[in-house]
Amino acid sequence: MSGNKPRTLFDKIWDSHVVERLPDGTCVLYIDRHLVHEVTSPQAFEGLRLAGRKVRRPDGTIAVADHNIPTVGPRTPADIKEEDSRIQVQTLEKNVVEFGVPYIPILDVRQGIVHIIGPELGISLPGTTIVCGDSHTSTHGALGALAFGIGTSEVEHVLATQTLLQSPAKNMLIRVDNTLGFGTSGKDLVLAIIGKITTAGGNGHVIEYAGEAIRALDMAGRMTVSNMSIEAGARAGLVAPDETTFAYVQGREFAPKGAAFEQAVAYWRTLPSDPGAVYDKTVVLDAREIAPMVTWGTTPGAVVPVTGVVPDPSAVTDEAARAQMQRMLDYMALTPGTRMQDVKIDVVFIGSCTNGRIEDIRAAAAVAKGRKVAAGVQALVVPGSGQVKLAAEREGLDRILLEAGFEWRDPCCSMCLGMNPDKLTPGQRSASTSNRNFEGRQGPGGRTHLVSPAMAAAAAVTGRLADVRQLG
Amino acid sequence: MDKFTKLTGVAAPLPLANVDTDKIIPARFLKTIKRSGLGVHLFDTLRYDAEGKERPEFVLNQAQYRHAEIIVAHENFGCGSSREHAPWALLDFGIRCIIAPDFADIFYNNSFKNGILPIRLPRAVCDALIEDAKLGGNARITVDLERQVVVRPSGEEIPFEIDPFRKHLLLNGLDDIGQTMQHVTSIDSYEARRRADQPWMPGTTAA
Ligand code: SF4
Repeated sequence: MSGNKPRTLFDKIWDSHVVERLPDGTCVLYIDRHLVHEVTSPQAFEGLRLAGRKVRRPDGTIAVADHNIPTVGPRTPADIKEEDSRIQVQTLEKNVVEFGVPYIPILDVRQGIVHIIGPELGISLPGTTIVCGDSHTSTHGALGALAFGIGTSEVEHVLATQTLLQSPAKNMLIRVDNTLGFGTSGKDLVLAIIGKITTAGGNGHVIEYAGEAIRALDMAGRMTVSNMSIEAGARAGLVAPDETTFAYVQGREFAPKGAAFEQAVAYWRTLPSDPGAVYDKTVVLDAREIAPMVTWGTTPGAVVPVTGVVPDPSAVTDEAARAQMQRMLDYMALTPGTRMQDVKIDVVFIGSCTNGRIEDIRAAAAVAKGRKVAAGVQALVVPGSGQVKLAAEREGLDRILLEAGFEWRDPCCSMCLGMNPDKLTPGQRSASTSNRNFEGRQGPGGRTHLVSPAMAAAAAVTGRLADVRQLG
Repeated sequence: MDKFTKLTGVAAPLPLANVDTDKIIPARFLKTIKRSGLGVHLFDTLRYDAEGKERPEFVLNQAQYRHAEIIVAHENFGCGSSREHAPWALLDFGIRCIIAPDFADIFYNNSFKNGILPIRLPRAVCDALIEDAKLGGNARITVDLERQVVVRPSGEEIPFEIDPFRKHLLLNGLDDIGQTMQHVTSIDSYEARRRADQPWMPGTTAA
């Protein structure tokens, strides 16, 4: 159909999912996988019920409750103290029965944050289209899947039709040359990218991440990068599938097995962008120049290397930009010129769909080992799923962390957005491995510094935003 | 969904860039299972102080803007979460149109799906409209979707671009699902073709 014109990875996935192209160019796009959680689905199921519609493909759908689940104490829906949270979870449990949607119960070891368990269970596969009523669906793009967040009206649309009405995005290539240095990770890489292209830099585009530094990342690192594509304004992030991807997918519960797996891999090998494929925008970074990063403001783009200082608004000429910067500094209670490493913190949060995988917990434990959480600091480690928790406990990471004075919690979104009881109190300052530092994101009045898991652990043991490279 | 054809109303000036979805409605109000009733929490942290009292300096707390139907803002409006609570909160307050230099993608899409018209206009034009909006109830702005123009209080008409399909849905108050259902035979045959081409593709009920 597209002749011999070289195509990008995005073009290939897109083309293979177009059910119909409408006269104005909008496409009816087929959706392979629809992940459903309790926060964004109730109104969608309500809509189906009102219109007398069914779920078209329960076998392309999977539901899990993650945002509202407590991370300490009993976890059944009835145990959720806050009424609204309990109602959302109970509503999901009713809806999955009524509409025949596969569901992972809260007490199942496979329960976890939807973007952690999709890849972990082999539900997210290369070359597929994946949607969820959640912006961090971009995470799954790390496998070479076109994965993006949708709103509740679209959740209803996918439930009813297994398709979406979409117009194609533009292609953007972010190439990261060379490899990351000691003490830096996928998180620092993606924060550096957002710092460079700004939080609007990806608007209207799907970002394909390529280059040596991306190839060298394990799947966890690639997921961290892809996860925050949305913070750069992009519709989705993509990493071309390679041997790292295939090895990761092989043997997972819902992935194809045996001969079917070989067939799948043969297909997946055809997906990477063709030589000569054209991108609407290309950005190049050098991984050697990337230091551990830390945000100072209330957008993920307000970021500096940990060796840097709080920037000075008076150096900015654009009036609106200067005012916004001042507002961020006021909210964050930071003074220009302060060394980031002198900023004291109260709370550390290690977890979320950005950094709640086993590799992240290993990185945190490596820093925590033999050290103690600084006096007055509360440090939470919240594994992204039951399986991550189990794996960490098998490796003894929980004991290392507990001995160092960290809290070891049950899986949930937790302090990433403060919908469950884990919240910052007004004025508290956190070093957090999550993805958003918006005002009040981790609780009203809370001040968030986004960092990597190793940097979060370093902050916990020093009580300030420390450079993990100096802890050795 | 309510039709959107032509709207004449008060516009609230909101000269801020990067108005994110948490600012439009903080995450702690998302725990609802209904679509209505979120308007009281629209712009919660800007609108109310720590005690829950209205901040008189915030635009929507000022008498002439309490019934605003249009918001004029700066760049990157609606960045952040994909949750539709942001347009629901705006709609519940009574906002039917947002004018800004650009919007975050998901928010832009979600607005249409809820009958809110997002209009992209250059920053200088937005600034001019913000000046108009500052006149409050004395300066009504008209948004004519059919003709694709914003009419300033002075009578000056500013044309805007909009995707024709989205315009059609909005003008007729059409629901997307009903539209797509008209293509159900294409979806059936697509699924059959995929089953043949990719027999290895498992389902979520298989394991
Ligand atoms: S961990 Fe945070 S970003 Fe990820 S799905 Fe949960 S709330 Fe959203």
